[in-house]
This record gives sequence, C-alpha cells and structure tokens, in this order.
Amino acid sequence: MKALVAVKRVVDANVKVRVKADKTGVDLTNVKMSINPFCEIAVEEAVRLKEKGAVTEIVVVSVGPQAAQEQIRSALALGADRGILVQTDDEVGALEVAKILKGIVDQEKPEVILLGKQAIDDDSNQVGQMLAALMGAGQGTFASEVKVEGGKVQVTREVDGGLQTVELALPAIITTDLRLNEPRYAALPNIMKARKKPLDTKSPSDYGVATGTKLKTILVEAPADRKAGVQVKSVDELVEKLRNEAKVI
Amino acid sequence: MSILVYAEHDNNSILSATLNTVTAAQKIGGDIHVLVAGQNAQAAADAAAKIAGVSKVLLADNAAYGHQLAENVAKLIADLGKNYSHILAPATTTGKNVLPRVAALLDVSMVSEIIAVDSPDTFKRPIYAGNAIATVKSEEAIKVITVRGTGFDAAAAEGGSAAVEAVGTVEDAGVSSFVGEELAKSDRPELTSAKIVVSGGRGVGSGENYYKILEPLADKLGAALGASRAAVDAGFVPNDLQVGQTGKIVAPSLYLAVGISGAIQHLAGMKDSKVIVAINKDEEAPINAIADYWLVGDLNTVIPELVSKL
Repeated sequence: MKALVAVKRVVDANVKVRVKADKTGVDLTNVKMSINPFCEIAVEEAVRLKEKGAVTEIVVVSVGPQAAQEQIRSALALGADRGILVQTDDEVGALEVAKILKGIVDQEKPEVILLGKQAIDDDSNQVGQMLAALMGAGQGTFASEVKVEGGKVQVTREVDGGLQTVELALPAIITTDLRLNEPRYAALPNIMKARKKPLDTKSPSDYGVATGTKLKTILVEAPADRKAGVQVKSVDELVEKLRNEAKVI
Repeated sequence: MSILVYAEHDNNSILSATLNTVTAAQKIGGDIHVLVAGQNAQAAADAAAKIAGVSKVLLADNAAYGHQLAENVAKLIADLGKNYSHILAPATTTGKNVLPRVAALLDVSMVSEIIAVDSPDTFKRPIYAGNAIATVKSEEAIKVITVRGTGFDAAAAEGGSAAVEAVGTVEDAGVSSFVGEELAKSDRPELTSAKIVVSGGRGVGSGENYYKILEPLADKLGAALGASRAAVDAGFVPNDLQVGQTGKIVAPSLYLAVGISGAIQHLAGMKDSKVIVAINKDEEAPINAIADYWLVGDLNTVIPELVSKL
C-alpha cells in the first residue's frame, strides 16, 4: 500500500513574525523556515505505518518554491522513499493546492493520504478536507490515532468535547493533530542517504491547475497592542481588581 | 442576499458557538437561514427557530446525519448552499471538518476563522497564530466562511420565531461510518469555549502539583484547565490541554497564567483573552508584558490563598 504525505515549508514556529511596514504581508526575509509541525507528524505517522508493514512506499509532496525541496529532503531523511516538488513562486490558495494534490493522487494512486491539520502560517485548516471532497473519499481530520486494517482505516479524532472514532474506506485522507505521535529526529546517516533519494520536480500546469487564489489579501496588520498592565502586590489586591475593576469574577 | 448558517448542536439544543455565528451573519446582512442536520434533532431545530434574527430553519433529520459525518453533511450543505450568497459555520471542530469540504464541492475558495466583517465580501482573520491580522476579499460567487466565536457576541437565544422546514434530501456518501466516541466526563467547561481558563506551566513543578494546586482554583472559578507546551513536554498533563500556536487557541474573559514564563508559542494561543493575570515568581517573566495584572510570588502559597479568598 502506498502512502502520500503532503508537507509545507513555513516560517519556523519559534520565530516571532513581523508585519511589513507597507502592510502587504509579513516579513520573511532571512527568517528561519522549517517543515510545518503538523506535516512533520504526518510524515512520522507514515513512517510508523511502514514500520508496521501496513505501508510499502511513502511519497512526499510539497507545493512551493525551489527551496521547499529542503523540507522534502527532511521528510526523506525521516523515512519517506521519494519526493515530488510542485514548484512555483506564485501564491497558491488552499483550493488550488488541493487540486494539485488531486492530480498527484490520480497518478500515484495512494491508499492513505496524510496531511497536517493546518499550516502555521495561513492557519487555514482546509487542504485535507478539500482534497477529500475532490476525491469523493472519506476524511479523518484532527487524528490522534490511526489504525489500518482489512482495507479500511479507523481514525480517532480530536473533537471539541473529547474523542470520536470513525471508520473510512480506502483511499482515505487523514489530517494529523498534535497527539498523534512525537516525530523522530533525522539521524545524520539518514540525512546523507536522503540526498540520494529520488525527487521529481513538476509544475502546477503539469496537473492542469492555475496558481493564484480568489481570496485577495488586501491588508496585513499587526494585532492591536494590549494596554499596559499593573503589578499587584497581594492576593487581596488581585481579587479586588478582578472583582471591581475588571469585573471578570 | 441570503445566508445559510450551519448549526452546531447535540440534537437537543443549539451550542453557543452557533449564536456567535448568527451575529456574524447579521453583520454581513441578509436573510438568515439555519440548517440543523442530525438524527432526532427536532428539539435542536425548535431551539434554532427561537434565535433572534433567524428567518427560517431547515431541518435535515436522518440517520445519515446522526454524527454529522463530513462526507454526508458536506454534500447536503453544498446542494442547499447553491441558492445562498454566504455559507457560515462556527469554527469548531465540526465546522472546520465540514466546511472546507463544502467549499471544494462548490469549487470555491474558503475563508477560515473570521474575527470581523468589513463588508459582505471582505473579512478579517488572524494568520501566523494571531501575530498578524489579514483583511481578505473573496471574489467567489458563494462565500464559504467559518467564524471564530470569540470574535463576535452571541445572538439572543430567545425572541425569534422562525418557521421550521423539513429537508427531504438524504446524502449518504457511503465512505465513512461512526464507530464511537469518548467525550470528556469533566464537569469543567471545554477549554476553547470556557469563560475562565486557569493555565499552568513548567513553574508548577510536577503533574501532581499541577492538579493539587490548580484544580481547586479552577473548581472555584468554574474554569477550564489549560497548560503551556513546557508543562505538556515535561509530562505534567496530556497535550489536549496545551494552549498555544500548536495547541488550542483560547480567548476567555479571564486567563490566569500560573508559573508560565510566556514564550511566543504560548502567547499565540491566549493573547486575545480579555483579561490576563500572571502569577509568577520571576519579576522579569515575558508574560508580565501582556498581563493586565501580575503578581510576583510563590504559586504554592499564592494560589491556595487566592482560592480561600474567592
């Protein structure tokens, strides 16, 4: 069984981003970029499924600039078998990414497709669900446990009130939540080996998809600053402030 | 212009996030219809009909919608949604699961987690875990949108008198089925919708300490319990309690950060809280910079004292 994993190159989670002075976006020059943390969990899960014998090949795909091959190489170092970079410097919306992934699914015919639940840059939380819709396949979003057996997959999902388990026919889409696993670190020898693994470069037009999006970002602003707070000296003073000044208790 | 709001409900009642979504719909302006999809959900539909500002309730009552599986419900919403200019749902796990699927079925882009409505096609939403606010304009014919509940006040749950209309369509995609669920038994409110959150960090010291010290405070305040990533990574608490960029985003009326230094990762998940209180033994902790009130002291003595004075 083949697994397809989608990974995104994003600003590192520990970087405090700054809004550009002209308010067209955030400043990403000379900022550390990494594999999106939820995508890392998706790669790890695919590798674990392979270690259990449920999956035989892992294909990792990224849509983005030439530099996104670094993130594909990271995934290869963690245990993926080969990579596909759909290279573009244009903006690509979630719907368009889902359409590109649909094109890859049609060619590669994976049975399990793993994505992160959301990218920590645009915070959309859309691509996995959209891909599932385009495929007419089942979706196990916000997964905290995945069991593949007997031509089906059981996914335990993190929902607002607790956990929900659904069973999906294959092929199915799974989007990962934080509790699913703890991603491993790539060992140096594996990083070296990953350099020799195959990585194809494609373009969105290879899948008949035009880049861009019908969501136009008009303005990007810094969030409003909070007004300066005060230090309280005692528990009594804190309780008094919360009751009478802030009126929150 | 007419707007379809997908209701979050438990078959018996309408959950509060739906009320915030109705307010967002009112800001867009137009006729507001609410869709209740479920099994034996008449009571929820009746409750939806009473929400102020709603002109019609559509009830799709069928076993296929029993657990609101995305595969079945999304097809229903997409079919009905063709006649609307806007399709809205709360940005709960249900809304987030279903709506992108609806958007793709309609072949339109979607706007996630709006916090403000500028005009019927222009919305504000946080990006980079709230470190920037984007204003986006949708050029799609049908605007598919999830609404962050903390961005809008709740519409009045009483006062409306909408008609309830049954929807006969039944969609069963046949690719998914419900196996079971394990809902948290806690009497405490759910973390993302709680009005008060008590959160502990590495400074709490241990898992045992976390529960011993923070639980009484949470109980007293009727608050949800949260944690920083440091507390989760140290094994004090399970990571479904994690508040932060990779955990849950909360915006309660009151957020009490106890023994939390205030790393960027954590602030991203709670800095929209109305009032932030930091209790920390370190006078220089970064969390103090965004706190409305901060108290420097040993949490082992300060928290029990606080509990006794509430």
